[in-house]
Amino acid sequence: MSDLGYDAAHMLGAVVLLMSFALLYQRRLFSLLNVFTLQALALTATAAWQAYSHGEPHLYITALLTLVLKAILIPVALHRIIVKMKIHRTIEPALGIGLTMVAGVSLVTLSILLVLPVTADATALTRENLALSLSVVLLGLLMMISRRNAVSQVVGFMSIENGLILAAVGAAGMPLVVEMSVAFSVMVAFIIFGIFLFHIRERFDTLDMQKIESFRGESD
Amino acid sequence: MGLVVSAIAFLFAVAVVGAAAKRLPQAPTVVYGGTAAACALIALWAALRLAGGGADADLVLPVGLPWIQAHLRADALSAVFLIVVNLGGITASLFGWGYERAHHESHGASQDGPVLPLYPLFLAGMNMVLIAADAFTFLLSWEFMSLASWLLVLSTHRDPETPKAAHLYLLMASFGTACLLLAFGVLATAHGDYSFAAIRAHAPAAGAAALVVALILLGAGSKAGLVPLHVWLPLAHPAAPSHVSALMSGVMTKVAVYAMIRVLFDLLGEPEWWWGGVTMGFGALTAVMGVLYALMQDDVKRLLAYSTVENIGAIVIALGLALVFKAAHTPVIAALALAAALLHVVNHSLFKSLLFFAAGAMLTATGSRDLNRLGGLIHRMPTTAVLALIGAAAISALPPLNGFVGEWLLFQAILNAPALSEWSLKIEIAVVGAALALATALAGACFVRLYGIAFLGRPRSRAAAEAVEVGRAMRLGMAVPAVLCVVLGVLPTPLIRLFEPALRLLVEAGPFDGRAYQPWFWLAPTSAIGNSYNGLIMLVVIALLSVVLVLGIHRKASDRVRWSIPWGCGFDGPDPAAVTQYTASSFGQPIRRAFGSTVFRARDHVDMPAPGDTRPARLSVTWTDPAWVVVVEPLARAVGWLAEKANRLQFLTIRRYLTLIFLALVVLLVMVAVTQR
Repeated sequence: MSDLGYDAAHMLGAVVLLMSFALLYQRRLFSLLNVFTLQALALTATAAWQAYSHGEPHLYITALLTLVLKAILIPVALHRIIVKMKIHRTIEPALGIGLTMVAGVSLVTLSILLVLPVTADATALTRENLALSLSVVLLGLLMMISRRNAVSQVVGFMSIENGLILAAVGAAGMPLVVEMSVAFSVMVAFIIFGIFLFHIRERFDTLDMQKIESFRGESD
Repeated sequence: MGLVVSAIAFLFAVAVVGAAAKRLPQAPTVVYGGTAAACALIALWAALRLAGGGADADLVLPVGLPWIQAHLRADALSAVFLIVVNLGGITASLFGWGYERAHHESHGASQDGPVLPLYPLFLAGMNMVLIAADAFTFLLSWEFMSLASWLLVLSTHRDPETPKAAHLYLLMASFGTACLLLAFGVLATAHGDYSFAAIRAHAPAAGAAALVVALILLGAGSKAGLVPLHVWLPLAHPAAPSHVSALMSGVMTKVAVYAMIRVLFDLLGEPEWWWGGVTMGFGALTAVMGVLYALMQDDVKRLLAYSTVENIGAIVIALGLALVFKAAHTPVIAALALAAALLHVVNHSLFKSLLFFAAGAMLTATGSRDLNRLGGLIHRMPTTAVLALIGAAAISALPPLNGFVGEWLLFQAILNAPALSEWSLKIEIAVVGAALALATALAGACFVRLYGIAFLGRPRSRAAAEAVEVGRAMRLGMAVPAVLCVVLGVLPTPLIRLFEPALRLLVEAGPFDGRAYQPWFWLAPTSAIGNSYNGLIMLVVIALLSVVLVLGIHRKASDRVRWSIPWGCGFDGPDPAAVTQYTASSFGQPIRRAFGSTVFRARDHVDMPAPGDTRPARLSVTWTDPAWVVVVEPLARAVGWLAEKANRLQFLTIRRYLTLIFLALVVLLVMVAVTQR
């Protein structure tokens, strides 16, 4: 592989990770969606670049799926939901932004420390890519637990999926079926989340998870 | 080996038939018949293998965790226990078939939980434990066996005592399995391979081995009923239907003994002398305590369950002795002790099954297991009475029955103690021998009490006065173990010969090594004392003496003119319950006074009315179980406290759950990252 191919793939993966960090400190729902769109675009670019540099045409389909689903369909739909339901547009973090960033950085360190020794016999690109995608997955999880708003939890979940796809396009030989199924599972999850949000909204008149939890009658 | 696995698979198939019992009127016959057939097949296979030298039979099934598979192996030791388990299975099936039918007739449609689908599963579980050859298969089968028997205990859930007993059983079973899990974990730490072959090849370090010994004594000991972990046993065993009680008491405890032998003699390699010392000490405590408990019980089945505790004590003493002699490099004596243990395993499975069947027969005939409501059954149920007498005499170790041979062999091993070099062991074995002798004598008293109160005297209740003999299947189920008790008592040597491959496997010697003259009717083990036993002579002498005694009594006593008292002093009333005669409690009172007042803090309280007051005087006895106070209550409190704390986890918010998952993931990743470098 040429140096250019390696560098570009590395850079695009890093952009996806960077967007994960950006997701962590957004205070407004719309900017959160914008950053999520950017992450999906970066992921699309990564997939397309891998398809080009490795000469694996099926990765173009992955790129296309990511572009249509994650960069266009889901953000637009979430946008419409927010407008339609008149959701309060600020995000109330459960964990302070600074602390979240510190936690995020340590998670990235952890994944690098973890992945690099484990995959000592893989190619350099695969190793870097795995470390990056594990970081994206962990950051997505961190986002899910550090936000109180249901919409931002959905976005956190989607960014976990982004991390998985990043791993999928980086590891050579991932069959198309797997990517298709991941894409469709995201789609299904999104639909379920959408219906779920509507129902929560109808029932409780809020999407703030903290307020919803008080309805369970048994929690703290 | 394929045969055994197919037979076990057949048991599962039979269980499916049992599950459809509501729709199939023939289901009991199919289940019990099928189970008996499968058990007979396995027992026959095991006996033939042993007779052919006990070569190993291996099989690897591609099931279970993908990279581990299920290793099965039947060596000589497994074969011995396969015979024990399946012999018990055959007789219990025979008896159970009649028992279930009798209960169905008397109670109409059964209100109880299902027994039919679980019964074959229970036997299948026990067989699986015996042929497991890796820790995973072993633990899985062990837990399967525990849960099947637990469900069988719960089949009488309408009895108010049962749920409590079942709860305690579940608790102790989980505790035992946890201990075994840890033990196998320690055994496999060094190399990470859980198959028995790998564990055997890598003997653990001294500290790890000590830990394993402790964990096995706790884990298998709680299943076998070692004091002070026995508390669940006398509650759970009697709660099940009688043929299941017989299996649990007579057979499942033996599976626990198998686990002890497998680990202590086989997997752990060369033993150290103190392992045997500790094992023996627990055995002696168990034997004496078990029989003392048994002496204080009025419930027939509970009494039998406590007597199981005592017999397990004797077996464990024999195991401890075998360990001690193996560590002292006197393998022939170790083989003698181990032969005593295996023989007692067989014996106890026979006579304990027989006695539980007899208890079941009494329960069927009178509807009661309370000794104080039985009595005089020898007139109403003559066959059961004779068979129960054989069982009671055998468990009291009277010659020429099999119980005597087992204890005799065990004492031969004990008498070889002076050959040891450790002084502490010499003294301990003397004490253990005395304790065993005490336990044996007390067991005799215990079964004189059981038999005398239940079968002799006059009926103590209307139900006992109107009892009728049980059906043919139940009588046959009792007759088979009774005949075996006599045969093994008269001719024990062929059986010990049959077991020799197992002894050679475990201690690399046989009990008859170095003796030139060994006829099949003569039991003369190699030992420093050189005693021998001949069941045939014993049988002839006892038969002759009995004939002389009976004739003498008949001639001298029965022919006389008999004078009877005009007032029966309450002995001659029309109401059986009001008849004044020895009760179970009054028979046990001297021994309760002598031992119980210190061990159990037993106290008699007499409520004597003042002169002129016409209400009756009352005597009440109270006693506390030390094991309950020392072990169960603190344990139950600790578990309850932990459960209370853990219960909070049920009520977290979804974000907290996510956080917990996330933290667990991060911790695991950190662990991987740290261990990878």
